Amino acid sequence: MSEQASYKPGEHPELPPPANVRGITGWVRGNFLSSPFNIILSALSLWFLWWVIPPAVDWFFIDAAYTGADRNECRAKAGGACWAFVGERLQLFTYGFYPAEERWRVNLSFVLLCLALVPVLFDHVPHRKYGLYYAVAFPFIAAWLLIGGFGLTPVPTDKFGGFMLTLIIGVTGIAFSLPIGIVLALGRMSKLPIIHISAVSFIEFIRGVPLITLLFVASTMLNYFLPPGSNFDLLLRVLIMVTLFASGYMAEVIRGGLQAIATGQVEAADALGLKYWSAMRLVVLPQALKISIPGIVNTFIGLYKDTTLVIIIGLLDPLGIGRASVADTKWAGLSTELYVFVALFFFVSCFSMSRYSLYLEGKLETGHKR
Amino acid sequence: MSNQTQTQTDNTPSTHTAEDELAVNIVAMHKWYGEFHVLKDINLQVKRGERIVICGPSGSGKSTMIRCINRLEEHQQGDIIVDGVTLTNDLKNIETIRREVGMVFQHFNLFPHLTILENCTLAPIWVRKTPKAEAVETAMKYLERVKIPEQANKYPGQLSGGQQQRVAIARSLCMNPRIMLFDEPTSALDPEMIKEVLDVMVELAEEGMTMLCVTHEMGFAKTVANRVIFMDVGEIIEENTPDLFFDQPQHERTRLFLSQILSH
Repeated sequence: MSEQASYKPGEHPELPPPANVRGITGWVRGNFLSSPFNIILSALSLWFLWWVIPPAVDWFFIDAAYTGADRNECRAKAGGACWAFVGERLQLFTYGFYPAEERWRVNLSFVLLCLALVPVLFDHVPHRKYGLYYAVAFPFIAAWLLIGGFGLTPVPTDKFGGFMLTLIIGVTGIAFSLPIGIVLALGRMSKLPIIHISAVSFIEFIRGVPLITLLFVASTMLNYFLPPGSNFDLLLRVLIMVTLFASGYMAEVIRGGLQAIATGQVEAADALGLKYWSAMRLVVLPQALKISIPGIVNTFIGLYKDTTLVIIIGLLDPLGIGRASVADTKWAGLSTELYVFVALFFFVSCFSMSRYSLYLEGKLETGHKR
Repeated sequence: MSNQTQTQTDNTPSTHTAEDELAVNIVAMHKWYGEFHVLKDINLQVKRGERIVICGPSGSGKSTMIRCINRLEEHQQGDIIVDGVTLTNDLKNIETIRREVGMVFQHFNLFPHLTILENCTLAPIWVRKTPKAEAVETAMKYLERVKIPEQANKYPGQLSGGQQQRVAIARSLCMNPRIMLFDEPTSALDPEMIKEVLDVMVELAEEGMTMLCVTHEMGFAKTVANRVIFMDVGEIIEENTPDLFFDQPQHERTRLFLSQILSH
């Protein structure tokens, strides 16, 4: 205990921390057993995990039926999940009613989407500049592939459905709501009254109205306003409405970020002779967007999950397909499997976005805390 | 020493030697914040190569005055002519002036998301359209002059206050300004770091840079300033050479101010 040697001033060496705060024992002690209350919490958590995990694993994997022609065959085999149902309907869940012989186009679009995401999401990609050009061109390539024309068999958009539809609406909404949101946020902070008032009215209108009503407007009301006989694709209307809806929220998230940037930053940019748009692009937005990442990703995730609302106006997203499938007498009553499966799909997508946002925050951290 | 008859003749270029010698010419300038009259009838002529130190109690308008010179603040009456260009609402004029006038702030205002080197090359590349390699070369030259070339690839958040302020000076110099404005450059620094920043400023002054410094560093004023200006309640109360300013202040208000800042 008291074997502390004495050192002359300025000569004290750097010593390692005491043993009880080091290594795995120190970690367990510090994090799970640091106080009586903490010990009780740790014990309760252990009990909870033991109570939940084994039965869940049992239902999902061990006692589950992976094959079977219908519900009864499934139930005869095992008491857990009936994945045969999901297996049989997988095509429908993925492509909706997209013609079977044209589904390679959907697959190709998906591969191209993944390729387009790489240069957007990651910095150190060879030839990133060209990758970004390609990413900008991708929506048009994908639209051509999916809808057809110009040499490909046209597929009407009401055949679109399932996860494919979720991805189309989600990715379009995400890709367009961010730039529109930035413009709206800058507009709201503008000193020019007309720009300011337009931005504020738009944002407040969007935020004051439920998405469902906007989708209803998209599906029914627009027909009254548009000239008779004009055919404005329902999916396109939905895409526009979902994008605008997310943009309104995005604008407010980004405005929060913009307001957190000290006025000194703009003054320094001004004093160096940077013009408004250069100052915004090079100095203010990179910082504001970095602060806003959690809010932006929150909005993305919200938008992505809101795509399930299109079921209301008759588009067949995975839930729509699922509802139709459960109504089939062959598989009646298997809604648990259905919802678990769809939930899993959404969880994987949303969790990936969440992890990516954490990665991005870490990467952009430059030791600046103020 | 102030000769105000030149103000109307600035349309005729180059032949006017008296006009050309003035880096900054402020004539009968007034500014209000709403109803509040912050700057009252400011007249100030700064010759090329002149070093001016501006001091005064807080709220006296000294920062506001130098911020008017590069239009971070807008004046409402009178004229400000910088390097022969009259400041108006015309964005072209403002941009021209800002390219030629560097500014160093109390809180450094470095861009935290960019490295030191990127901080220094940003404006040359995007405002002056300098090729990147050349901008980097210039930046390294100035970083060496402020004695921190080894920090070039770090971020501002990793540097001490004194180092950050020296980077801020280098960043301004990279634009090759003809005039430098300093707005209390050492007020936010720990005592240990004030000297390293002042050394850089003294060196800059010795090279003949036109400088306007708002500062309370009276030692700096005595060594480098050609003139010291004392402001209070939005007016220039007194202006003199450093020797006379410190030894024989003319106004009661100046004497009081000096006794307060020099008493300890």
